[in-house]
Amino acid sequence: MGTLAIIDYGMGNLRSLRNAFARVGVAPTLITEGREVEAFSHIVVPGVGAFGAAMDNLRTRGFVEPLRAHVEAGRPLLGICLGMQLLATIGTEFGEHAGLGLVPGRVDALPASAEYPTPHVGWNSLKHIVRHPVMERSKAAADYYFVHSFAFRVDAPTHRVATADYGTVFDAVVARGSALGVQFHPEKSHTGGLRILETFSEWDGSAGPAWS
Amino acid sequence: MVLKRRVIPTLLLQEGRCVKGRQFKDYRNTGDPVTATRVYAAQNADELMFLDIDASQSGRAATVAVIERVSEEAFMPFTVGGGITTIQDVRALLNAGADKVAITTAAATSPDLIRAAAQAFGSQCIVAGIDVRREGDRWAVYTHAGRVRCDLELHDHVRHLEQLGAGEILINSIDHDGMMAGYDLELVRTVSSVTARPVIACGGAGNYGHLIDAFRAGAHAVACASLFHFGDNNPPRVRAYLKNAGFPVKTT
Repeated sequence: MGTLAIIDYGMGNLRSLRNAFARVGVAPTLITEGREVEAFSHIVVPGVGAFGAAMDNLRTRGFVEPLRAHVEAGRPLLGICLGMQLLATIGTEFGEHAGLGLVPGRVDALPASAEYPTPHVGWNSLKHIVRHPVMERSKAAADYYFVHSFAFRVDAPTHRVATADYGTVFDAVVARGSALGVQFHPEKSHTGGLRILETFSEWDGSAGPAWS
Repeated sequence: MVLKRRVIPTLLLQEGRCVKGRQFKDYRNTGDPVTATRVYAAQNADELMFLDIDASQSGRAATVAVIERVSEEAFMPFTVGGGITTIQDVRALLNAGADKVAITTAAATSPDLIRAAAQAFGSQCIVAGIDVRREGDRWAVYTHAGRVRCDLELHDHVRHLEQLGAGEILINSIDHDGMMAGYDLELVRTVSSVTARPVIACGGAGNYGHLIDAFRAGAHAVACASLFHFGDNNPPRVRAYLKNAGFPVKTT
């Protein structure tokens, strides 16, 4: 196990995530500037809020290139909720915005209906598609807790680790190389979620779906 | 897929302890909130809800401190309500680790707080509470933990809260509170029929059958306090019961 940092870029409260890592024996460091990224083996990109605002904040704090370099070097990166969506090529929340481009795909609004109002809030199950080392120990487990109005759709099926169904099927876990993203909140998903955080903190970044 | 029904153990806070009363009075001590949270976490509860019943009068600092400790044990979503009157109150509780806030008195007396909080933090974390007493063939809306009656028509109030951006509606029957004789199903039915937002039924659960009654009346979620405090009941048993009855519940 190496060193783990959670990036703090003004997109939501990090207390629950820090508590969850502490519970699985990891003491995360909070970092607020891109130049701090290279000192850590594992990076977590959390976040709640809007896609465009989040990318602006990442850019202002100099995170964009260091995060890309981190993943290109094969080091593990975990995006959670909005942080997962930022891995995409493009997000369409309040206009079109370029994402980090670490997992090719788009983030669009979930279709709202009377039966499936947005945001999608609550416990939902996963359908596992492509094997991923971080998810292997959590397959049998549990539902996960989701809160989101926009959803990821990967370009290449090899990057689709798991899907969830909320009236429409969307990508709930995506991965490319050493970048992994989960739409749900593992820090709010009981032991199944804590296990994902623990396994991520022990992952060496290898054997994710191949670069394409 | 079908939306999963949620069962929400609810803990009333008074001076840092858990209490439970009947019809919003006669409160008795039921233990330490952090210990209770640890137990509910071990039982994979769907969510938790903490309602601070003396927050309107006393300072909020004590509640925030309790919630910070709760967030070290609750690896599940939880809601905190009671005495929230400003955006700063909302921010303080979310920063302390709460996922949602429940706003009841201010939702009736200064409803713009619901709009402002929904715009600042998102509808998904704003639960609008309504405390109701039955008066003949109508329902009266109350504030300040049931002490003040206000001049609001229930249907209009529910619709207004939805328009302002409330993400969920928490409907609490003062008459049924703590009586363990079942929810006010007519109330649940009425509120569910006028809003598209998820409705959380609160007040009256005494056995598992009461939960099913509330779901059939249109509730998306049920809040239970006495059911868990005063009986040999727990979330895994509830889930097993609901699952056997054909209701979709969280898998653990």
